[in-house]
Amino acid sequence: MARGTAAGPRAVLAYLIRRLFAAAVMLVVIILVVFGIFFLVPRWAGVDPATMFVGKQADPAAIEAVRQKLGLADPIFAQVWEFFKGLFVGRTYSGGGDVTECAAPCFGYSFRNEQAIWPVLTDRFPVTLGLALGAAFLWLIFGVAAGVLSALKRGSLWDRGAMIIALGGVSLPIYFTGMLSLAIFSYGLGWIDGRYVPLSESFTGWLGGMILPWVTLAFLYAAMYARITRATMMEVLGEDYIRTARAKGLTEPVVIGKHAMRSTMTPILTMLGMDLGALIGGAILTETTFSLPGLGQAVLTAISDKDLPVILGVTLITSLAVIIANLLVDLLYAVIDPRVRLS
Amino acid sequence: MSTQRTTGRRKQAVAAAAVVAALLSTAACGGGNDDDGGGSKTGAAGFDAANNKVAQASLAKKGGTLKFAGAQDADSWDTTRGYYGFMWNFSRYYSRQLVTNKTAPGATGAEVTPDLAEKTAEISDDGKTYKYTLREGSTWEDGKPITSKDVKYGIERAWAQDVLSGGPIYLQQVLDPKKEYKGPYKDKSADKLGLKAIETPDDKTIIFKLPAANSDFEEMLALTSASPVRQDKDTKSKYGLKPFSSGPYKFQSYTPSKGIVLVRNTEWKASSDPVRKAYPDKITVDFFTNANDMDQRLIKGDYDLDIGQTGLSPQGRTTALKQHKANLDNPVSGYIRYAVFPQSVKPFDNEHCRKAVIYGADHESLQTARGGPVAGGDIGTNMLPPSVPGSEGQKYDPYELATANKNGNAAKAKEELKACGKPNGFKTTIAVRNNKPVEVATAESLQASLKKVGITVDIEQFDGAQTTGIIGSPSNVKKKGYGIIIMGWGPDFPSVQGYGLPLWSSDYILESGNNNFALIKDKTIDGLFDSYTKELDDTKKAAISTEINHKVMEGGYYLPFVFEKFINWRSNRLANVYTTDGYSGQYDFVNLGLKK
Amino acid sequence: MTELSKSGAAVGEPVKDSPAPSAFLEVRDLKVHFPTDDGLVKSVDGLSFTLEKGKTLGIVGESGSGKSVTSLGIMGLHTTGQYGKRKAQISGEIWLDGTELLTADPDHVRKLRGREMAMIFQDPLSALHPYYTIGQQIVEAYRIHHKVDKKTARRRAVEMLDRVGIPQPDKRVDSYPHEFSGGMRQRAMIAMSLVNNPELLIADEPTTALDVTVQAQILDLIRDLQKEFGSAVIVITHDLGVVAELSDDILVMYGGRCIERGPAEKVFYEPKHPYTWGLLGSMPRLDREQTERLIPVKGSPPSLINLPTGCAFNPRCAYADVPKDNVTRTVRPELAQVGGRHWAACHMTQEQRERIWTEEIAPKL
Repeated sequence: MARGTAAGPRAVLAYLIRRLFAAAVMLVVIILVVFGIFFLVPRWAGVDPATMFVGKQADPAAIEAVRQKLGLADPIFAQVWEFFKGLFVGRTYSGGGDVTECAAPCFGYSFRNEQAIWPVLTDRFPVTLGLALGAAFLWLIFGVAAGVLSALKRGSLWDRGAMIIALGGVSLPIYFTGMLSLAIFSYGLGWIDGRYVPLSESFTGWLGGMILPWVTLAFLYAAMYARITRATMMEVLGEDYIRTARAKGLTEPVVIGKHAMRSTMTPILTMLGMDLGALIGGAILTETTFSLPGLGQAVLTAISDKDLPVILGVTLITSLAVIIANLLVDLLYAVIDPRVRLS
Repeated sequence: MSTQRTTGRRKQAVAAAAVVAALLSTAACGGGNDDDGGGSKTGAAGFDAANNKVAQASLAKKGGTLKFAGAQDADSWDTTRGYYGFMWNFSRYYSRQLVTNKTAPGATGAEVTPDLAEKTAEISDDGKTYKYTLREGSTWEDGKPITSKDVKYGIERAWAQDVLSGGPIYLQQVLDPKKEYKGPYKDKSADKLGLKAIETPDDKTIIFKLPAANSDFEEMLALTSASPVRQDKDTKSKYGLKPFSSGPYKFQSYTPSKGIVLVRNTEWKASSDPVRKAYPDKITVDFFTNANDMDQRLIKGDYDLDIGQTGLSPQGRTTALKQHKANLDNPVSGYIRYAVFPQSVKPFDNEHCRKAVIYGADHESLQTARGGPVAGGDIGTNMLPPSVPGSEGQKYDPYELATANKNGNAAKAKEELKACGKPNGFKTTIAVRNNKPVEVATAESLQASLKKVGITVDIEQFDGAQTTGIIGSPSNVKKKGYGIIIMGWGPDFPSVQGYGLPLWSSDYILESGNNNFALIKDKTIDGLFDSYTKELDDTKKAAISTEINHKVMEGGYYLPFVFEKFINWRSNRLANVYTTDGYSGQYDFVNLGLKK
Repeated sequence: MTELSKSGAAVGEPVKDSPAPSAFLEVRDLKVHFPTDDGLVKSVDGLSFTLEKGKTLGIVGESGSGKSVTSLGIMGLHTTGQYGKRKAQISGEIWLDGTELLTADPDHVRKLRGREMAMIFQDPLSALHPYYTIGQQIVEAYRIHHKVDKKTARRRAVEMLDRVGIPQPDKRVDSYPHEFSGGMRQRAMIAMSLVNNPELLIADEPTTALDVTVQAQILDLIRDLQKEFGSAVIVITHDLGVVAELSDDILVMYGGRCIERGPAEKVFYEPKHPYTWGLLGSMPRLDREQTERLIPVKGSPPSLINLPTGCAFNPRCAYADVPKDNVTRTVRPELAQVGGRHWAACHMTQEQRERIWTEEIAPKL
């Protein structure tokens, strides 16, 4: 079916190209800023990244050698150039008789264990993605359902109860709900092991490890989504076109499920896009509480180890995820709401 | 970086943790564990049953998977680069040395025994030449024999500090004090074995020629950093991601901060190895980011022991002490926790002002801040750890810290203040690492008790990860006026040299990375260290150690808090468990076995 | 102007004791009350009328007079989907083609909605779902009541769009409401409401949101369609001019009650109630200067919680003191016949009204 004039395939393509270009510019700016923060600020503060790389009992010669190898002695422009080059064509580190090839996309090496950053990111990304998507699936279903029911039974005992629980969900720290769920279901009742198992090893094991983090994270978000859904649904139910739908003789399930839901979902999808983008950057508390080897955990360890390249890598991935999520939300928005023009 | 609320929630998190702790202690009962506190033959061995003695040795059977849990990964699993105590302990699974620590409980575990070598060194009379002959039948994981050249190459790697930083450098200091050798990666000789101080006349013989005698040299060779490394398997900076095994187990997989799986090295022969029993078939390590979660899983029985061996977290400890006491040991860690007074910061240039602080402190409250007598340790009365030969433990208590003055002696403190010329007290600053809550607590305790004698102190917390640059720089310490620094120290190997040399020798005052925080420049102490390294007789060495300790205490440079103790968990499945002074009171990993 | 109504009462006083009326639509003593925190809002308080097929009834009144509430009451939309709100209290009887709607099974009433009775709303932009095409919305309305496939329904939608005068209907069927002009949207709305050939069409302020030239087109369209389909039509408006053009009969509401009712030309040319006079005066007329316009009805509509005692209109009525003994402020006037099929609720005598009408009102109109 033709979509009218607003979102023809050409317009979408042009829009996509424009947005992708803007996203690329944005990423470059982010790289520059992050690079500046992580490499320049320690320098101003009098802390040498090279000393972090060599560890304790390092003699000055060793520090100097590391500085050479990592290019830290070069002017900042050269360093930034090397970094970009590394991202696209790879780079070679050499020093002290040790030559290390870092293939593109090269995010550099961890100060802590000399692992290349990129494999670390690709290894941990699926864990975080699985956590975020699984949790999002749960919170969408339960949050939206609770919000719709609350809106339909406004002022009822159910509504009040649900909103009090939602308030609790929004206010309770993940650390608390996470440890509580572990205490009850894993240590106490022993129903769920609650330890992370990679999906590649065992599907049921993976589910067993993910279910508590999912539920814990989903609880927090479901609460927020329930509140938003309730408010939006109540507003939508007051719209004239809902009355029109009823006047046509539509049954209530169709009026609510089709006509009202379609409008209610618009702000919710916007939120979902933002939340997913941010979560992919690392659900730090959730991953820490449940010892999930995701990006959030990596960045937390990296922060405590002052492992700057890892922090840089995760930050870039996060920015990319947020940018992509934004783009997807905008496209989705245009699909949902024909009034939105892609410009 | 995350939408989760990470800031401003500290208080809530603490409150939440308290509630969870309460729940956990009840929930854990459901985990099912029927120990009787006293221990049974096949269940938990009993409280302290493996502390300095072997528990359930006869129950160890071949086979099974030994499961470690950890809250932190090692600094590196490269034998040249690792410095964490548990890494040295664990590395014996996959690496052998010429000599190693005895696989025996307590002090015996700190003694040296032959490993790759047929017997301990033939030492020349002047103490400068050490000769070893390698045992027949020792092989690498690919079946090739381990040669004297592999041992030399492994030791040489420590010289390549620009590539392989992080490990101990005692051998460098002893074998090549002038730093003439540049390491194997810059070695111009064809076989890359250019270090002159080590000779390998044939594949079975290795001879060390020391420029000056050092009586602890064999102790240094027992360190993991003296392990053999095969040149064709040396992946340089990435070696730690998959070391090539010379021991009974080899790496199947390792992902940093995630986990390790070791499997049997089928080329290893028990007949070639007098030390390692190699009971389990498989050894796994899983790393956790939530220490409470890890402790609960230990208690639940998912894991056998904590690879870190630094004790249970406060919550887990409470639960375990109440319900599973028979699974716990309470060993001395070898660490001393203390405050040290830099002499560059006035008025600590005056020993009476230092002693005023020592007398003014409430030692019992400092001990409580450290966790009390069980989780924290006995009140420290001097600066030589109980596991080091020559130590007298609490028997040497020159300031009566554990007895008459354990709650502080204000009168004595005032006297010392008067002698120092500060009868009305003075002001100073305590520097403390911000990532160690217990150390911050001791700083606060010290602040409170010193106030009573007129010494006002500010507490300054600094980034714990930046220790080297902040308190390791004497000029910075002086500039910031850190009159009191709170720290802890443990021996790299159990000797006064392995513990106290960097702390007390004037040679070790460095512009950066300094550990002689007190800036001790005492000719007597320096002289004692000299005579120690030349003395080959163990009894006499111990006597010198005692003397060094006395000199340090008499100078009033240190206020010891505790001889640290840990509460470590051991699962019901473990057999042949014992703590060893060779690894600072940790369980001796290499010979742990499983029941059944 | 409308023709004179044909013989036979299109609008009349319902026969109170007849259980199943012969009229196509008969409303008897309809009351729609809304409980609120401030008190009971009596939006409609005892309204009765009848309507035959092929006839048009205009309901006129200010906002808040109860006219829209009446239409939603007939459609049964006060009892459906009022989530969390306090339920409206409805009493009386609404007979549609022999069925009493208030006591009928709600699902039965739902099936009548859209098929037997349809509704056109005031603002077609907000009354149409912004996310669905015009075609999708018409197809949906058709397929609820007809078991046909999408293609057939779509053909029907195009046909209806063509019928209501939308050019290129086969293309515009895929447009979204926001892509239509105001008049086109209202045409589409009418197409949607007529897609099932309803017997009763309620148009609630169908032209208010449109500009003047388009208003006339839409009114013409409704009239033409009524002739073609033969439906009964209720037009609800505040604009007496609109109903005068369309209706056979006019019912004037004030404060939730009927205050004047009769054939269109009677109410329009010989109105008997001072409020109707005011409404007439407020009509925009092309033949008169803006400045000469009568100020229509002073004051604001009455509170539906506390109606003024006596005649509800008395606080705003310029002739409240014409009847004797302050009766307008104490006694509520009942509907009384003032001519053939013409009723009004006013205390003034026939003579008083005639005099005021001829002397004071008519010359200014």
